[in-house]
Amino acid sequence: MRTWIEKQKALIDFTLSSLARRKLKNLGLLLVYTLIVFILASVMLFTHALRHEAAQVLKNSPEVILQRMVAGRHDLIPPGYLEKLGRIRGVQKKEGRLWGYYYDAVVKANYTLMVPAAGAFTAETITDGSIVIGAAMARARGLTPGNLISFRSYSGRLFSFTVADVLPHSAELVSADLILMSEADYRAFFDITAGYYTDIALSVANPQEVRNIAIKLAETLPDSRPILREEVLRTYESIFNWREGIVLVLLSAAILAFAIFAWDKASGLSAEEKREIGILKAIGWETGDVIKMKFWEGALISLTAFLLGYIAAYLHVFRFSSALFEPVLKGWAVLYPRFELTPVMDGFQVATLFFFTVFPYTVATIVPIWRAAITDPDAVMRG
Amino acid sequence: MIKLTDIRKAYNQGRDNEFWALNGIDLKIEPQRVTALCGPSGSGKTTLLTIVGCLARPTSGRVHLRERDISGLPERFLTEIRRSTFGFVFQQFNLIKGLTARDNVMLPAYPLGGDWRALHDRAESLLDTLKLGHRRHARVEWLSGGEQQRVAIARAMINDPEVVIADEPTANLDTALSREFMAILENLKEQGKTILLTSHDPLVVESAVVDTVVNLRDGRLVGAD
Repeated sequence: MRTWIEKQKALIDFTLSSLARRKLKNLGLLLVYTLIVFILASVMLFTHALRHEAAQVLKNSPEVILQRMVAGRHDLIPPGYLEKLGRIRGVQKKEGRLWGYYYDAVVKANYTLMVPAAGAFTAETITDGSIVIGAAMARARGLTPGNLISFRSYSGRLFSFTVADVLPHSAELVSADLILMSEADYRAFFDITAGYYTDIALSVANPQEVRNIAIKLAETLPDSRPILREEVLRTYESIFNWREGIVLVLLSAAILAFAIFAWDKASGLSAEEKREIGILKAIGWETGDVIKMKFWEGALISLTAFLLGYIAAYLHVFRFSSALFEPVLKGWAVLYPRFELTPVMDGFQVATLFFFTVFPYTVATIVPIWRAAITDPDAVMRG
Repeated sequence: MIKLTDIRKAYNQGRDNEFWALNGIDLKIEPQRVTALCGPSGSGKTTLLTIVGCLARPTSGRVHLRERDISGLPERFLTEIRRSTFGFVFQQFNLIKGLTARDNVMLPAYPLGGDWRALHDRAESLLDTLKLGHRRHARVEWLSGGEQQRVAIARAMINDPEVVIADEPTANLDTALSREFMAILENLKEQGKTILLTSHDPLVVESAVVDTVVNLRDGRLVGAD
């Protein structure tokens, strides 16, 4: 074992000094290689973290949301619907929700106006005439607690609100454009009479029951559409997958160019390299030793590139908020959420990236060497 | 120590350009002596050297190393014998460019997996013996012809072989450097090494250091002194 380790150490030592001989060429290769790993890892880490974030956010959302449909469009829940639902086995809580959108011409942004659920932490803060706003909106309008802001409602009336609080920065991913207000203010602002709701949220204790409850809901209220939390999660997944795909398609040309370059570099053997292999064989290296040495050469370059690229991508995504891909991967908005993603890494994803970057390069280095290394060592005597 | 029996070697056998480099060589190489293979270009000297040094196998005939028939051994075993028994000094030196003198000297020992520090010290000591200690960190392409040859000799000695094989060792050296090489050869002989070399340089062939001169022509022995 010790001999084997000493031998590998010696081979690595030789490989390193061998790599140092073609410093510029190998550094160039390492740089491009690292860049490719960096880009791929950034996209993977970022979308994975976003998916994770979305899942975390939705974890506390209601299992089922019931919307009323009129002519295939979402409409308000009329009075009496909550009562009509009656008692459905498995439903812990049902609650009418009030929310809507408002376009602010001043900053050309859309806000989400919402009445917080009863018992939510903001409920005590929000009295009639006061609002709690998202951090991005506060930035866009330059608002701090205590400020006054006016909105003209769709009916043409002007409403003034006092900013009671700004929502915490940590919740910005989901609350960037949010305005929380009291039920009375909401109904007055949108001109929605009492008893009407935007939709109904239902909490289900047993996740196995969700589908059955959805079927019962559709039977009880045929003009309504139940939306399950898992469906929302799936939609998020598809959006992020789609965005990840777009970025990768855009980058595919660069990746392909690198693949050709790396393959060419790795698989082509110069006359000098062939001569060196001949010398090594003549002075007592076995074919296997030459292959091992070249394996270390490929492995050292690709492993270093993988590690550097991955670390750089990690810092890029989790320390510098993915400055390079932000617009494509997060989506576009006037009220851009500023948030730091929770660092999450998926082992399978790391393994996939490792397999597709380190493995092909190492193989590409070994194959031509194997062909060259099985030549007779006496060729050197005649060179 | 080394016994060759009816050694024949063909290149491109069975093709239009078939060529027999050796045509039945019978030879005994005595241990701890200096044997010189002498002959004009194309006489088969280098081919014979490659067969003795396990760099190639004969087309027919037998090679015995210390009573062991090694002519039919597979490549792996030949490499093992080559590594442990022979040290090579090539005509073009065949050093690896870009590496330092010391790294070049250490190369044949890498596959053995010995202690790196000990190997390192041995390489330095060999370079010191050959008066190249001060050049150990120099890249080999920066060295003069004579220095390069001494690096090649140190490399040949790193695994402490019994036999040193040198192909036309003075072909690229001037008279002064050739004499220096002969002095090194004498020293190796004193250390008990068996030396086999090819040359048509009178300075080598007529040197007192050389014990036996084997003349070759057209792949056959002409006569042994």
